[in-house]
Amino acid sequence: MSLLELRDVHVRYGEIRALRGVTLSVELGDFVAILGANGAGKTTTLRAISGLVKTTGEVFLEGSKLFRRTPDGMARLGVAHVPEGRGTFTTLSVLDNLRLGAWTRRGTSTRDLAHVFELFPLLYERRERRAGTLSGGEQQMLAIGRVLMAKPILALLDEPSRGLEPVVVHELFEALRRINEGGTAIVLAEHKPALALGAARRAFVLENGRVAVGGDAADVRGHELLRVGPES
Amino acid sequence: MTALVQHVASGVASGGIYGSLALAIVLIYRATGVINLAQGELATLSAFGCWTLVDHGWAFWPAFGATLALSFGGGVALHALLLQPLRNSPLLRSVLVTAGLALAVNGLDTWIWGGASRSFHGPFSASAVTAGGVALSKQDLGVAGVSLAAALVTGLLLVRTKLGLGLRAVVSPVEARFAGVRVGALAAVGWGLAAALGAVAGMLAAPSLQLDPNMMQRVLLYAFAAAALGGLLSPVGAVVGGIVLGVFLDLAGAYVHRIGGELRPATALAVLAGVLLLRPNGLLGGTAPERA
Amino acid sequence: MRFKASVFGLAAVLLVAAPVALSQFRTEQLTEVGVTFIAILGLDVLVGHAGQISLGHGAFMAVGGYTTAILMADHGVRDLWTIPVAAAVAGAVGLVAGVTAVRLSGFSLALVTFGLAVAFPALVLRFDHFTGGAAGIELAGKPAQTGHGAGVVVLGRHLSNGDWGYGLTWTVAVACFLLVRWLLSSRFGRALRAVRDDERAAATSGISRAVAKVGALGVSAALAGTAGSLLAIDTAQVGPGTFSAELSLYLLAGAVVGFFCSVRGAIVGALLLQFLPDLARLLPHVGSREAGPATFVLGLAVVLVTLLLPPALRAGTAFARRAEARTE
Repeated sequence: MSLLELRDVHVRYGEIRALRGVTLSVELGDFVAILGANGAGKTTTLRAISGLVKTTGEVFLEGSKLFRRTPDGMARLGVAHVPEGRGTFTTLSVLDNLRLGAWTRRGTSTRDLAHVFELFPLLYERRERRAGTLSGGEQQMLAIGRVLMAKPILALLDEPSRGLEPVVVHELFEALRRINEGGTAIVLAEHKPALALGAARRAFVLENGRVAVGGDAADVRGHELLRVGPES
Repeated sequence: MTALVQHVASGVASGGIYGSLALAIVLIYRATGVINLAQGELATLSAFGCWTLVDHGWAFWPAFGATLALSFGGGVALHALLLQPLRNSPLLRSVLVTAGLALAVNGLDTWIWGGASRSFHGPFSASAVTAGGVALSKQDLGVAGVSLAAALVTGLLLVRTKLGLGLRAVVSPVEARFAGVRVGALAAVGWGLAAALGAVAGMLAAPSLQLDPNMMQRVLLYAFAAAALGGLLSPVGAVVGGIVLGVFLDLAGAYVHRIGGELRPATALAVLAGVLLLRPNGLLGGTAPERA
Repeated sequence: MRFKASVFGLAAVLLVAAPVALSQFRTEQLTEVGVTFIAILGLDVLVGHAGQISLGHGAFMAVGGYTTAILMADHGVRDLWTIPVAAAVAGAVGLVAGVTAVRLSGFSLALVTFGLAVAFPALVLRFDHFTGGAAGIELAGKPAQTGHGAGVVVLGRHLSNGDWGYGLTWTVAVACFLLVRWLLSSRFGRALRAVRDDERAAATSGISRAVAKVGALGVSAALAGTAGSLLAIDTAQVGPGTFSAELSLYLLAGAVVGFFCSVRGAIVGALLLQFLPDLARLLPHVGSREAGPATFVLGLAVVLVTLLLPPALRAGTAFARRAEARTE
């Protein structure tokens, strides 16, 4: 039984068909990359999983079919979604943002917070500051911090490396690796294939709203380079 | 000098009332993105409710507590009935709904209790307490104390509890949902809390204003000005703004000859318009408030 | 707002026939309907077409009413000539209020106009050397009043005061209606609708949006001022109670219930405001307190209309759900 399964999912934005029958699966503790050009349907796939858009087709979580999905409902089921905007509470402090990360969990300890600060000392320094004043990279770290606090079974990340400097991106992927090692499955939508394929175990390439290629990261890498050409 | 202290004291007392109502306005604005035009009328309704209980033999403080609880429930119910159905509609609709609510509540008050004003015996006697050679009225001290206590309790709730964190989070409803926050339920709590705070304001104001259906109209204006001073999104700003405004209006009324009782609303309007025009983020400044 | 000639014709016939067929009391009521109609027309322009909210139209009416009263009582200006002056003065106040609306989002205008509604009656009492304070200003029998209170001769026919008031009010009302229709179909009207439909549209420039907003409030206030002026002339007096703080809310309610969309709506709203107390008396347990139940029912009607009729209210996305961002 897969952790997450999409079967023939379609999404329409008015006249435009964004997803035309996407089928993919994610195993427990998996690390999956969703690749493709802009507009191929990466973001839409994540939104479909979270219930932000109306879908036809089926979505299964831990074997059970999910009917009316909502972002907060999914969060309560243990699926953390970090959207492109990073989901930062701009008017609240860094500390409050982290605490909100753990909103769906029963009891949190200061140990969880300490763990996050250990990983991201910068966040500790900035803990009382309004999150809106953080830089892009810092907000991304904060988003990762919230995922850590949530301890979800599945984390959906939408282009987390966008707009970040290479050094920061490296740290970011380190953190993702750690999260994955902690047992959280990761689904990563990425525009830059090389990065994602370096970290992921499996990958799906979307083209025009459909899965064009899917399989182990190594195999897909071969395909990808053939098609698109080297990209950093 | 003693006169000055007395004016400041009464200003803080009125300001406490304005601040409580302003806090209610800010809470609802943060929770549902709407300025509740009926906040004043609901406070009046609560005051009438308290009066009725006292009239039936209840002691004041139990009546006060019961009114708070009922007001909280009423606020939650109003949110469910009026705001939730409109959550996907343009905000203009929600504002209009609160305008209709204001009319309906005002009419209801007149229908049930009549339009004539009646006296409301508050818990604080009219006598004075002398401290350091200055006579301060117990009424002023009591009102200031209770309103500030209410503000403090609300503040502690917001800052130190998980519920409060959620209430603060719903100002960004999209992000809140991603975090798993049930925005609707928390907004309802926000409305309940706001209704309770409004009830505090109403019950504190009634002894000096005389209880009638239009009692809180001017107070609502002062509360809007106070909330605006705080930037409309800041709970602290609303309370501080209320006190600042209360003291300012009392001092202006006493020391500037032109500004007598009847010019008070106009002065408040000037403050409101001035703040909105010149400093929309409130006097506490900072980055632009964004209700996402 | 298409009007078939038959509807127009019928309306004209009814308007002329009413004072003849009905009692003096009913005629007076219908005169007041005309006054309210003009005020609600103003609100329609502002709320329905420009998507801005005003809670202070009672204050604009008061400005118009007091302007007329002061001109008549203190300066002997004939009542008819005070009407355009009252409209202009009220319109000017509206323009000033509009300036605050320009830079700000919809809530700010609502708050400021609410403040106007509450502060104005107090101002009336404060500046009592102008306004007659609590006693108000008496206009009956004054030389400035057409007919001096004894009736008016029009086209050889002698009309009672009530009928004269009725005719004057409805003539002005029809004129206002035509003016508004013309205005809304002009470039100004298009600019208004652009403001309503998307305050931050890239299509319209910032300047024309600002002009539209300020202009809408000015026109709207001028109409309310006209209504206030006519009210003063019809009832031959003004006082602080004439334009209470609640009046603004009643007007808004009348506009909402009349669905904002067209003249038909304004008529419905005006009729409702006038006759609701009478209807309310039909409810059981309602004694002499008809004001309360009528107000309650009116408020309830606003709530229900807002909740239940999605397409009818062309609610502006002027208050977009996104950030409380300033317009520029």
